[in-house]
Amino acid sequence: MPLAVSLLFLVGVIIIAVFAEKLATHDPNRLDVTHRLDAPSHEHPLGTDKTGRDIYSRLLHGSRITILSAFGVVLISALIGIPLGIAAGYFGGLADKVFMRMFDVILAFPSLLLAFVFVAAFGRGITNAVLALGIVYVPMLARLTRSLVLVEKNKAYVEAARSIGYSNAHIMMAEILPNCVDTLAVQMTLDIGYAVLDLASMSFLGLGVQPPTPDWGAMLEDGWIVMTSNPFVALAPGTMIVMTVVALNIFGDGVRSYLDPAQKKLPSIRKYRRPVRDLRK
Amino acid sequence: MTSANDLISIRNLQVSLMSARGLVHAVRGIDLDVQRGEIHGVVGESGCGKTVTAKSIMRLYDENIMLSGGHIFFEGYDMFSLSEREIQALRGSEVSMIFQDPMTALNPLYTIGYQLEETLTNKGVKKMEAAARAVKLLEDVGVNPPESRKSQYPFEMSGGMLQRVMIAMAISCNPKLLIADEPTTSLDVTVQAQILDLLTRLRDGRYMSILMITHNFGIVAEICDRVSVMYAGGIVESGDVREIFRDPRHPYTSDLIKSIPRSGTRGTLLATIPGTPPDLLREINGCAYAPRCRYASGVCAEAPPPPRSISESHSYACVRGT
Repeated sequence: MPLAVSLLFLVGVIIIAVFAEKLATHDPNRLDVTHRLDAPSHEHPLGTDKTGRDIYSRLLHGSRITILSAFGVVLISALIGIPLGIAAGYFGGLADKVFMRMFDVILAFPSLLLAFVFVAAFGRGITNAVLALGIVYVPMLARLTRSLVLVEKNKAYVEAARSIGYSNAHIMMAEILPNCVDTLAVQMTLDIGYAVLDLASMSFLGLGVQPPTPDWGAMLEDGWIVMTSNPFVALAPGTMIVMTVVALNIFGDGVRSYLDPAQKKLPSIRKYRRPVRDLRK
Repeated sequence: MTSANDLISIRNLQVSLMSARGLVHAVRGIDLDVQRGEIHGVVGESGCGKTVTAKSIMRLYDENIMLSGGHIFFEGYDMFSLSEREIQALRGSEVSMIFQDPMTALNPLYTIGYQLEETLTNKGVKKMEAAARAVKLLEDVGVNPPESRKSQYPFEMSGGMLQRVMIAMAISCNPKLLIADEPTTSLDVTVQAQILDLLTRLRDGRYMSILMITHNFGIVAEICDRVSVMYAGGIVESGDVREIFRDPRHPYTSDLIKSIPRSGTRGTLLATIPGTPPDLLREINGCAYAPRCRYASGVCAEAPPPPRSISESHSYACVRGT
């Protein structure tokens, strides 16, 4: 049931992102200084921000860049971090030590600071911000993967797979990785939430999304200054972020239990219907 | 040195493993031959080097922690001169292994049919043919009915059934040697008998050799043709099973045979061997069994006893004369 609700919500968010133009009531970037920080009204269902832009419309348009860039960050970190973590955990040895110490160094700095350095070196803009955060997120995912692999690789089925003549690549990708996916999926959905917030901080400092492009994170940063007087400015994007992250988490958990054959194979209720009908005859 | 009938000949094998406390000299120079089509038992208590020997044949140890010496000849080829890639090609198709705990030896995420087919396709069998052969294999090892069992996950099957599936996977590519590392230890006695029966049938049907690693002399008596008794990393006695049961020469062997529970001995204490096996971290100068041996004398602690043969099919290592 929670899985269905979260799935429905996520599909809803995707529909909003795709059909933002149709659903929006105003141009998200049109300034209207006569209606600054309006309370919710019939004209502006969620009120207006400090330059009089319609929050509802900005929310719809903002979903696109927010979701795409957050997914981008997690995708980049997963594509680099998971293979690195598997290889480090499986082979161990010197390469493992070198990579892990390197990751320790990266983790020693606040992640945002490193992302700033990256953006400073390669130029501002949303693409670079996504790349930077993606790389900064690599160590956390790689370490988690490594620790999971360290547990899995000592299990009997890995030794059995070796004894039957599988290659290391096969064992890592087809035997060990699927047994780690459940935890990784949950971590990755959490990372999407973090990515939304970190991207917002970068946008706030002018390193990520460039104004006036609408983005949930940037809107949240805009709004918290006037939190006490006009809560809707921050609450609207904040609620969306929280709900999206929670939905992704539940979805990730659903994926996890789907991947676990012991939970997946529960008999369907349909199996029991037929004998009941037979009894009635 | 090695005869043509030997499938695998181990000569002076030494294996040391890195541990937190230092180098463990787990196997200390053993000679062992497994002939074609025989079931060869390796028997000994926990930690005597049985499993280490078996795993060295397949080189299942991480080379970072293992040091080895000596030779393992498989059909005349020296296994230690093979590269990792060549060994990998041998695993499964020439030598394969079954393990102690079948409940954990299968990947919990895949159906048994998928895993069985995968071992076949991994060795180059086409998908369609693999599916047909998987059904046949499951039938051969007594997993019935194979068609519906194929789509079950490991958690849905019993230990005995899973061990049958493991055996099916191990023999799927017709290996010449099957290493069975305590295959029945985690199973109950009736299932144990079925699995042993299955292994004997497979040996007869496929002319496959089996290296049966066990701590149970009963299993040795039941299915093995020859047996090697291991103690503290060395082989103390080896030969024909019947000869050894009739006339055990090494004190350790006779003590072990005496400690098998028998019927009709109600009220008497079960025979045990006092003491514990030696610490494998240390060098052993004389006979490893001397501290626990009833017949030990001064000579025993000085030099390792030379191997003696009393017949072509029976040899032992003890200074006590014939």
